[in-house]
Amino acid sequence: MASTITAAGRAAMSLPGSRRAMFALAGLALTGLLCLLWALAAGEIAVPLVGVLDALSGHGDDMQAAIVRELRLPRAVAAFACGGLLALAGALMQVLLRNPLADPYVLGISGGAAVGALAAMTFGLVSWMVDGAAFAGALAAMALVFGLSRGEGAWTQTRLLLTGVIVAAGCGAVVSMMLALAPDTRVQSMLFWLMGDASGAARPWPALALLALGLLVAMPFSRDLNVLARGELGARALGVPVERLRLLVYVLASLLTAVSVTQVGSVGFVGLVVPHLIRLALGNDQRLLLPAATLAGGALLTAADTAARTMIAPMQLPVGVLTALIGVPVFLFLLVRHPR
Amino acid sequence: MAVAPPLLEAEDLAIRIGGRWLCCEFSLTLRPGECLALLGPNGAGKTTLLHTLAGLRPPGAGEVRVGGKPYAAWPGGTVACFRGLLAQQQPDHFAASVLDTVLVGRHPHLGRWDWESAEDLRIARAALAAVGLDGFEARDVLTLSGGERQRVAIAALLAQQPQLLLLDEPLNHLDLHYQVAVLELFRREAASGRAVVMVMHDINLAARYADHVILLDGKGGVEAGSAAQILQAPRLSHAFGHPLRAVADGVRTFFIPD
Repeated sequence: MASTITAAGRAAMSLPGSRRAMFALAGLALTGLLCLLWALAAGEIAVPLVGVLDALSGHGDDMQAAIVRELRLPRAVAAFACGGLLALAGALMQVLLRNPLADPYVLGISGGAAVGALAAMTFGLVSWMVDGAAFAGALAAMALVFGLSRGEGAWTQTRLLLTGVIVAAGCGAVVSMMLALAPDTRVQSMLFWLMGDASGAARPWPALALLALGLLVAMPFSRDLNVLARGELGARALGVPVERLRLLVYVLASLLTAVSVTQVGSVGFVGLVVPHLIRLALGNDQRLLLPAATLAGGALLTAADTAARTMIAPMQLPVGVLTALIGVPVFLFLLVRHPR
Repeated sequence: MAVAPPLLEAEDLAIRIGGRWLCCEFSLTLRPGECLALLGPNGAGKTTLLHTLAGLRPPGAGEVRVGGKPYAAWPGGTVACFRGLLAQQQPDHFAASVLDTVLVGRHPHLGRWDWESAEDLRIARAALAAVGLDGFEARDVLTLSGGERQRVAIAALLAQQPQLLLLDEPLNHLDLHYQVAVLELFRREAASGRAVVMVMHDINLAARYADHVILLDGKGGVEAGSAAQILQAPRLSHAFGHPLRAVADGVRTFFIPD
């Protein structure tokens, strides 16, 4: 079995670029679909696959259909969309900052969102207001970092990175202060938000649409990004409009992150690890990496969220804990297996 | 016989960096088949001048034309099919195969949605063979030695197939054998109708391979002319701030620091 997989992998490696990409993307899309079906089927009331398909097509048992369509579907779609958003944003940030340690949160966007969300929770606002405050906080952090790092017109990625890290640290301090001052009854929901939690996701379709839109915007520039990832001077010499491209990537990655954080809180690890996993497995061609990371991120977060709500049911874990628990060993395994 | 139109022209060009004039106005014309060496001490502005000639920074004064047109007249990115730059350093942030790294040189020739064709692969493999790296296609650039990495960068430039090659210290990290091999290679590129500008440190190799020399003295002074004109012990001693002696062996003249 293992040798068959290696042989298939080797065959895939020797295919010309575009065919290999199709092969890999089809496999990842199938994985994503299976994860979504699992998310719809699994739970306290297990629904068989036939029941899931009936529910989706609007037939079958009323109670099963209601559970699948109204409880599980929004949550599964939200998890998939946000996993994809984070992985895509992470891949873009890693190229933008030319730093393998970059993730969607490195520029302070999740910190800003956390300040907004926790402030809204402190005042006991309802869920859509918390979402709105999180989004506003994310945009404020993005504007702050971008404004501060743009000294004298040009911005270097070191300056951008430092500004982002400092703003994130400031937000972290404010978050800690709010946690310390918050009444006990609200602390748990705040902690769940901070660790990332998909249980409250009621309106996932805009996030999914934005994910598709983000990928559509990024894909035409994916070969430009390949060149940019190899250094700015070389990219300019090869005719890549570096300034415009960096601005586009920064704004796009920030918006994708802001939407995801608003939807499921600051789920960690997906945005850092998924692009690296794909890079280790399929190489660093952004034409393949961006869509592959998007699908893999979606699949990972869907699976992690399903595990988070079924593993110790009826209790639920925050999905952010699960992504780290799955991601860390897989990532370390791949790193050790790929000696330089 | 008609003279071929110039590939690179600089007219009354002057370079300024941070309020300091690095070189005063000079003009140059480079035609197909010609090789130009930029010489000068550290910090004299050789790289800045090369980047200005590459259109990557605006001149302090004057104009640069490639293929008869100023850079601004080349529509978005198309100039990259005409002139190529070998950067002084090759920053590698992510693992990548040698072949993929060379294929990056094909970027300006491909449309937005194109993938590299069999022809692009053939060009990239030929470029690798030209720098003695056949068989290295699958190697990770992060595992290469400095000299091998430099030859990969040269192969990427060859795969770009520009008419005008601008090289920032092309001999960086190369051993003696490959220094000569690479200079012979660029001489052949020039002989096939291209033009080469290279920032160099070795005066004797410049004397052997360059037709024209631009000598910067780091204080704003520029001397431009044929290699025979510029490469004289008094001028070089002045520019480099160190006395040099010319020694002739009957075939060539060598410059040796005193």
